[in-house]
Amino acid sequence: MKVPGSVPVVLFSALILAAPLVLDHYWLDVLNSIGLYTILGLSLNIILGHAGMFNMGHAAFYAIGAYTTAILNTQYGVPVLWTLPLSGLAAALFAVIVARPIIHLRGDYLLIVTIGMVEIVRIALINDVFGITGGANGIFGISRPELFGFKLRQPQHFYYFIWLFVGITVVLFTLLENSRFGRALNYLREDDVAAEGSGINTAAYKLAAFALGAGWAGMAGTIFASKMTIISPESFSFWESVLLFMIVILGGAGNIAGVILGAFLVIGLPEVFRDLSTARMLFYGLAMMFMMIYRTQGILPPQPRVYRLDRVGENP
Amino acid sequence: MNLLVLDRITRRFGGLTAVNNVSFTVAEGQVVGLIGPNGAGKTTVFNLITGNYRPDEGSVILEERFLNGLAPHRIVQLGIARTFQTIRLFQNMSVIENVLAGCHCRMRTGIFGSLLHTPGQRREEREQLNRALAELAFVGLQESGQQLAKNLSYGNQRLLEIARALATSPKLLILDEPAGGMNEQETQQLIALIVRLRARGLTILLIEHDMKLVMKACDRLVVIEYGSKIAEGTPEEIQRDPRVIAAYLGTDNDDSKN
Repeated sequence: MKVPGSVPVVLFSALILAAPLVLDHYWLDVLNSIGLYTILGLSLNIILGHAGMFNMGHAAFYAIGAYTTAILNTQYGVPVLWTLPLSGLAAALFAVIVARPIIHLRGDYLLIVTIGMVEIVRIALINDVFGITGGANGIFGISRPELFGFKLRQPQHFYYFIWLFVGITVVLFTLLENSRFGRALNYLREDDVAAEGSGINTAAYKLAAFALGAGWAGMAGTIFASKMTIISPESFSFWESVLLFMIVILGGAGNIAGVILGAFLVIGLPEVFRDLSTARMLFYGLAMMFMMIYRTQGILPPQPRVYRLDRVGENP
Repeated sequence: MNLLVLDRITRRFGGLTAVNNVSFTVAEGQVVGLIGPNGAGKTTVFNLITGNYRPDEGSVILEERFLNGLAPHRIVQLGIARTFQTIRLFQNMSVIENVLAGCHCRMRTGIFGSLLHTPGQRREEREQLNRALAELAFVGLQESGQQLAKNLSYGNQRLLEIARALATSPKLLILDEPAGGMNEQETQQLIALIVRLRARGLTILLIEHDMKLVMKACDRLVVIEYGSKIAEGTPEEIQRDPRVIAAYLGTDNDDSKN
């Protein structure tokens, strides 16, 4: 398979690898946030960018993942890294349960329901529903991840951990895009009646997109919980969902490079212009309006997949 | 042998009976035309066959299998493929990807194979890409594979829809006004294509307003008006049927459509 735009990919990877050599702890932490939001953005991209389902409640899945790790680690002493797949599974399971009845909704109707979902999750966490979420104070004392006896403590440790996860995510999701599954999601986005009429089980694929996106966000939640060592419901507000939505739409829905750019812009720019942080909302609002009018497909819209049609038949 | 049987199907929308007690059969290898005035319920009949609507009464049977209540994608898997009256392509995707959509239901790779590009996944992709390209060549669009579907001409978009339907390996192909919006030359090519489709062993059911095409391409015609079947027979019989002439062509001696 031809990797599109190999030179920028290599250049970007080299910059990311070298960044800790020149950056101080503060800026590394900013890059850590950007990395975390990149993972979240890429996971939302499966649902919003590829399948075209307006999910503005993605922070709920992030929260389920973070709380799964926090509870398993602090209550039952499960090592953080072991909780990574469990958080993913928990978030995916939650997504399947809540998405099943709303999957047939279109566009803005789905958007409204997902906003409701993320608020319900946040309020449930505040109200300490099962007596295990720690209420408004959240959960503290989550351990750091430990890899072969090496404990990740410093920002640069987390830096490599997070960006390694970003790298794995990018590779896997690129492969996914160029496959039967990835195409099926795009057919849904383009015209789900035609997709169903062409033999694609649209309901199953919508659900699978939700499960995969949510599962990945759940794993991002694990990373977040172990990096912060303390989590509370306010980390998973509706505003988080809006930020993620913006990362995908602004950067380029359905394009991995676009989502990464989106994360850098939406999370990185406010750090660069800290003095103007009070005007952040104003800027976001203006940027979104501008995009919706002049460039609805985002800054880096997805490129059509390339098929080597000339080579077809050589090696059937 | 009958491939498709419609047994007394009825469909109501509120107070309107869009399809009323319609029965007909489609024999294997035949080309059957469903004709009737605008709003007669032809497309509703199609949607009842393809599972987009459920019949209120009656049943749809494909090779002795009841299709009632099955989801449209299941019916495609069982061997009925369709095109749409208003073109429904994946406009922002390439032509070849549109055909690959039809291949989808004959592929196996799941989510994990897709994430990891297993050897089986890659082999299947190659095989299906070949198949998609073959169907594209069959309708004559092999040069346009990499273009976006929306950049094709109207007539070619209709052909692409047929290629997508063919890629599902159907037994029965349902065409909803395939010549709609085509010019004279494109319509002639379409007739030739239908002849080649039948030579491939496909059974075809089509709705069409272009009487020249219907008379040339169809073995049998079913005429419906106000949701009810009013006549059935060979094109010659239908052309002479006074009820059809009254219902379909009007009674004011306006034979310009014929």
